[in-house]
Formats: sequence, structure tokens, C-alpha cells
Amino acid sequence: MTGHSQSSPLPGYFAVFIALLVGTGLTVFAATLDLGPFNAPVALVIATVKATLVALFFMHVYHASEKLTKLVVLGALFFLLLLLGLTMTDYATRLWS
Amino acid sequence: MPNSTLVGLHHEEQNRPELLHHFADPEQQRDASSLGMWVFLATEVMFFGGLFCAYLIYRHWYFGDFAAASKSINMALGATNTAVLICSSLTVVLAVWAAQTARRTLLLISLAATMLLGATFLGIKGIEYRDKFVEHHLPGASFSFDHEEIPGHPGQYASPAHAQIFFSLYFVMTGLHALHMIIGLGIFLWLLLMAWKGRFTSEYNTPIEIGGLYWHFVDIVWIYLFPLLYLIDRHK
Amino acid sequence: MEIAIPQPLERENYLNKKYGVWSWLLTTDHKRIALLYLISITFFFFIGGFFALLIRLELLTPAGDLVQADTYNKLFTMHGMVMIFFFLIPSIPAVLGNFLVPMMIGAKDLAFPRINLLSWYLYIIGGVMMLHCMLTGGVDTGWTFYAPFSTNFSNTKVVEAGLAIFIAGFSSILTGLNFVVTIHRMRAPGMTWSRLPLFIWAHYATSIIQLLGTPVLAVTIVMVAAERTLHLGIFDPKLGGDPILFQHLFWFYSHPAVYIMILPSMGVITEIIACFSRKRIFGYSFVAFSSIAIAVFGFLVWAHHMFVAGTSVYAALVFSLLSYAVAVPSAIKVFNWTATLYKGSIHYDAPMLYAFGFLGLFTIGGLTGLFLAALGIDVHVTDTYFVVAHFHYIMVGGAVMGYLGGMHFWWPKISGRLYPEGWARLAALIVFIGFNLTFFPQFLLGYMGMPRRYYDYSHMPEFQVLNVLSTAGATVLGVGYLLPMVYFLWSMRYGKPAPDNPWNAAGLEWMTSSPPTTFNFEEEPVVTWEAYNYEELDAPRTEEVPIAQ
Repeated sequence: MTGHSQSSPLPGYFAVFIALLVGTGLTVFAATLDLGPFNAPVALVIATVKATLVALFFMHVYHASEKLTKLVVLGALFFLLLLLGLTMTDYATRLWS
Repeated sequence: MPNSTLVGLHHEEQNRPELLHHFADPEQQRDASSLGMWVFLATEVMFFGGLFCAYLIYRHWYFGDFAAASKSINMALGATNTAVLICSSLTVVLAVWAAQTARRTLLLISLAATMLLGATFLGIKGIEYRDKFVEHHLPGASFSFDHEEIPGHPGQYASPAHAQIFFSLYFVMTGLHALHMIIGLGIFLWLLLMAWKGRFTSEYNTPIEIGGLYWHFVDIVWIYLFPLLYLIDRHK
Repeated sequence: MEIAIPQPLERENYLNKKYGVWSWLLTTDHKRIALLYLISITFFFFIGGFFALLIRLELLTPAGDLVQADTYNKLFTMHGMVMIFFFLIPSIPAVLGNFLVPMMIGAKDLAFPRINLLSWYLYIIGGVMMLHCMLTGGVDTGWTFYAPFSTNFSNTKVVEAGLAIFIAGFSSILTGLNFVVTIHRMRAPGMTWSRLPLFIWAHYATSIIQLLGTPVLAVTIVMVAAERTLHLGIFDPKLGGDPILFQHLFWFYSHPAVYIMILPSMGVITEIIACFSRKRIFGYSFVAFSSIAIAVFGFLVWAHHMFVAGTSVYAALVFSLLSYAVAVPSAIKVFNWTATLYKGSIHYDAPMLYAFGFLGLFTIGGLTGLFLAALGIDVHVTDTYFVVAHFHYIMVGGAVMGYLGGMHFWWPKISGRLYPEGWARLAALIVFIGFNLTFFPQFLLGYMGMPRRYYDYSHMPEFQVLNVLSTAGATVLGVGYLLPMVYFLWSMRYGKPAPDNPWNAAGLEWMTSSPPTTFNFEEEPVVTWEAYNYEELDAPRTEEVPIAQ
């Protein structure tokens, strides 16, 4: 349907699958180390990498024939970050004065 | 950009019964369905987003108490569930490929495996919920969280009130996620039945594709829920 | 205006194609679904109006002597919930949008006709739940159902009302989804983005807001319901929860919601102004992009509803600044409409009277919004009738005027009949007078300090005169709203049959029959002309060749 499958996409799928499992293991392992203030960011970065892999390759965003799909994904993320970010302007500055 | 060509409507309808009458051709129908599912997933991002917003704020405020509460939920089960969902995403992708390449047996097996893995996820979740119930960590009148130390601060105990907020968010977020899984199981049951009846061909398999998109999204939500809920300050 | 010879009504069209209740209740024709919505939202409009009437009756006297305080709380709550969620938010998109979007882009139907029908059923289910809630005691939290009152202390049916709104919210999301996919995927050949009527741009922008904002309200309702029923204390101050978090999540949707209510109306006004000035809209791209800008900026300003709630002052500063920014695209529209009128050939038919009313009233409403965006002023007038007047100028003076103007403009297309023009112009005038009499005194009341949501103002009896004026105005306004109901219904039986294009207006929808057939177009149109091609439409015809084909 996407018209690009001269070669089988299966090796790619399995590679992403292994990467996701490795990422999960890595997340658990990193959680047992003391990384100071970086524990949470590391966990979130790994989660984001995993989510990106799922979106790009399992949900076929990478090979999407239209820019619109990518625009919808980025748009949703943008508004989510807006919600989180602008709300934090209140909570991060409540104690300033 | 208009992507329909002027095709005689009735010819299409006769050749392809799955082509709905208001679409000009199957490509338009498929593109519309696909865009529709992506737009729906965008709404789901915002739906869960509200909960993530609440979670982030209270974690920022009550970090120690959240860490203590997080320690009391079962990391091994959570990690296992993460792996289960990742496997299910693989089976979903295999199902889509099987449909596109007209491999009926693989399609049926992949769909069934996805459902099995989804049910496994829910089963493990059920075990976790039961554990929380037994430990009186269900928010409400019988909630108790006394004498739980804040990780890394021996002698300091978590505030039960703040821990109750953690568990409230835990149950609402994982509960909503589980509800989406149950709906996903329903969708895949329907896909399995349709596949069994031979309704999908290498040309028409859009429902599997967009059902798959939904399932992957539910997986992605869990990919974020797991570290946020289960892995706060585990090293302490 | 030139009127072609009317077509006989016996021709098959979407109204007479099939008869019987089930052919309507199980229809997937976007035009029939639009009429189903029309009936439902008109019903809820009168319910909401009934509550408004009771409110205004109570406020005739300074003492709280008509109803008790608790009852009054329920009155303004139900008025707000019904008017916002069951009238204003669906109104133009679900009626005019559903009817016109496919036709304006040259399509046979929306992308997902069955989801369209589902959308109506969800609306009805939510509406019935809300009715049941009202009949069995109602809610008294205000339409804003702030925590912790709504979660911990109110003894009324908060969960049921919340659930009703949750379900209606899904109706809204599905409508938005349908429009976005339809506009992207179902445009006829040649109908490029820059040839789309601005009504379509407005509905596209509205749909983006519906899709991205409503889910946040939905999950907030879930949290409130969970807190009330399962004691999951997310906003409970006793547990260390923050009630202001509720307000953040609530207003994240509810501010963009007001743009859901006004953007479609702006789309209608654009179509009307172009047609009745016989001119292409001035600054097409600016008007199109300003719709998108309103949709996006509208998500950046929500905490201006919370200036005195206890947020950080620095956040308040940020949101105040952003609130000034959001006024700019609206102002751009007003300038473009005005420039369109300039040197146009103005016709004063009823739709245009509503458009003129809109221009003035929306401008006042919008400018008073800027007053409220200023922190220094807001601190004094927040939670007073100044705010009430501000939003009614926009919601009623803006959105409802646009809705009525649109209903008049497209009535010949929808029903195949002409409404009586004399009565329509009279009704428009009555609405305008009644509206100003009702709401202008409220600016003064609020500025002088009368708080909103109070049933008793006997501590300031000098407010009575303005309140009496306001109630009198409400009565006049009510008459103005009843008149169109009467003559629209009358016209369905006794009105003159309408020609295909009674206004000689531009747009693909006018190239269908009045009323249209079920599939709108006999042949898929191929668009080779720009939008608002009034010069061509008004050019003297030398042959019998139809224009703009």
C-alpha cells in the first residue's frame, strides 16, 4: 500500500522490536543507578526514543506518503507541550515573590 | 490537494463493494480513514495529556512522597507489562504486513497473538490492582500509608495525604489506559472475525492498519507511564 | 437582486426523497443530520432561555424574593451549561457546517457520514442526561464547576451533569474530526485551499480547537467524577491537592471553547458581507490565516480567567500579554470586513442586517475583552456584570447574530422556500434593540460593582434601575427570537418556492437545487474560478451561458 516494499520490511520491524526491549531493560537498569538529578530525564529520553521508534516505524510515519500525517503528529505534540509548559509557568513561579 | 479523479461512480461500486458511495475511489477512502484515525489519536494525546499535566505538577511538589509511593508498586510486573505491550506492537505490525501480502494464516495468528498479549497485560494489571487493594493503597476511606520512609531520607516518612494523590493519579492513569486496552481488544476481536470471514485483501486492509495505529498509540502511552509511575528514585 | 424563475417543488430533493421517521433517524445524509441538529439545538436554546428569563425576573428587585439562593445558583448554572454545551458549541458547525461544508467543497457528503449520525446521537444522549439532571434537582456549581466545591461540597448532581457534558463533548470532537478529514480529502478537483470559501477556513479552524481542546475538558470531568464517586483526591486541598490545577485544566478547554463558538459565526458573516456588498472579500489570505491564528493563539491565553484565583503573578503577566495578542487576528477580520463594505454595492436584506449587528456588537465585545486582559482593570471588574456583559456581547451579539444571519441567508437553500423579508428585517431590528437593552446596562452595573451570580443586591438598591432595563430588554430580545421561529415554520408551508440562487451568491452550494438532492451535485464540479467571483456573477450577461462554469 505504501508502495515502497521492494524488500521485506520484516528485518526492520524485528530490529525495532529488539531496540524497544533493549530500551526497556536500559530504563530499568538506569533506574537502579544514582544519576543525581538526571534519573528522570534519562528515563524520559529513553521513553521518547522508544515512542519515536514506534511512531516512525511501527506506525509508518517515516514512510508516510504525505506530510499531513507528520503535521498531525507534530501538532498534537506541540499542543501537549503547550498545556504542560504554560501550566508550569504558574507552578514554577508561584514561590518567586 | 484534491486527489480524486472523475471516475464513473457506479462502476466502482460494482467492482468494489467496500467502496462507500460518497468516495470517488478507494484511495480517497483509505486516505480519509487513515487521516481520521491519526486525527483521533491527536485527541487522545490531549486526553491523556491532562492527566500527565496533573501528574507532573504534583510530582514536582511532592517528590519524596511520590517516590515512597512509587516504591510500593511492583516494578517487575510493570517492566514485564512493558515488554508484553512491545511484543504486541510487533504482532500488530506483522498482522498489517500479513494483510498487505495476503498471508491469511499469519494474519489470523498475529491478530490472535495481539489479543492474547493484550489480555496478558490486563491480567498482570489486575494482579497489581489486587495487591494495591490488599495493601490498603486504594484511595478512599480505607487508605493507609503510614511509616513509609521517603527513599534516600531515612527517618523521614512520606505524607499519607500526598501519597494518596499519587495513588489517585496512578489509578486514574492506568485505569484509563486499561480501558483503552479493553476497547483495543474489542477492536481486534472484530478485526479477527472480519479476517476469518476473508474480508481483507492485499488491496483492502485499511481497518487493520488503522486498528493497528490505535494499538500502537496505547503502547506509547504505557511507554511513558511505566518510567513515570514505577521508576521514581528506585536507586535509593 | 436578479431572481431566476423558481423551480417546482415536486422535484426530488433530500427532503422528499424518503418519508418516515426512520428515514430521518437512521439517515446518513449530512443535510438531514443538519436538520436533526437544528431541531435539537433550538429546543435547548429555549430551555437555556427559560433559565435566563427566571434569572432576569429575580433580578428585577434588589431583594432575593423570587427564588431561594440555592435555586438561583442552579438557575445560572443550568443556563450556562445548556447554552454553552448544548446550544452555542454545536449551533453553527452542527447545523450550517454539516449542511454546507460538503456542498461548498463540491463533495457528496462528509468523509464519515455514519460518524456524523453518531455525533448527533451522542449529542442527544448527553442532552437527555442533562434534561434528566435538571428535572431531578439540577446542579448549582456554576457552569465552571470549580473544585473543591464541585468535588467535595456540592450536594447536587455534579457527576450526572458532568457525564452529560462529557458525552456531548464527544459529539463535538467527532464533528471536528469529520470536518478536518472532509476538508483535506474530499475537495472537488480544482478546489484548492486558496479557492475555499472563508466559511470553510473558519470551520477548519474551529475543528482544530474542538479536536485538541475538548479532550482536556473530558479528562477533567473524569477526574472530578472520580473524586466525587471514588474519593480519588486529585484536587482535594485536604490531601495537598491544588484547586487551581482544576482551573488550569478546565480553562485550557473553556477558553478555546469560546473560539469554537465565535469562529463559525465569523465564517458566516464573511459569506454574507461578500454577497451583500457584491464584492470579493478584502484580504482573503489575511482572513483565512487569521482564523487559524485565532485557533492557535486561543490555546495560549486560558489563565486570564484566573487572574485573581491565586496563580503566580508572573504567570498572570504572561497570560495577560498573550491575551492582547489573541485580539489581533480578530481585529484583522473586522478591518477586512469593513474594507469589503467600502465601495461595495450594499443590499440591506435580513442576513446583512444581522451582519451589521454582528460587526458593531462583536467589536464592542472584543474591545471589552481587552479591558479584561489588562490585569489592573480585571482585578476590579472580574466576577462582576462587566464580564457577563462582555461575553454576552460576543456570544449573543456575535455568535447568535451570525447564526441567525446564516439561517436566513441559507434558508432558501435548506428549505426550498423564501422567508418573508419584511418580517425578517423587523425581527433583526427587534433582536438588535432587545440585545443592547439587555446587555449594555450590564457593563455599567459591572463597572459600578454589581457582582455576578448574586440573586440579592439589596446592599446596593441603586442597581435596580439598570437591572429593570436589562430585564425589559430580555423580553424584547425574546420576541425577536420567537419571530424567526414562527415565520421559518410558516414559510415551509406557505413561503414562495425559492430559486436555486435567490441571492445570486458565489459558492458551489448555490449551484445545487433549492433544496438540494441527496447527493448534492449531479456531476462532480470542476472548479476553475476563485472564491467570491462577484464581478463575474454581476457582469451583464450577453448570452444564455451560465456564469462561472
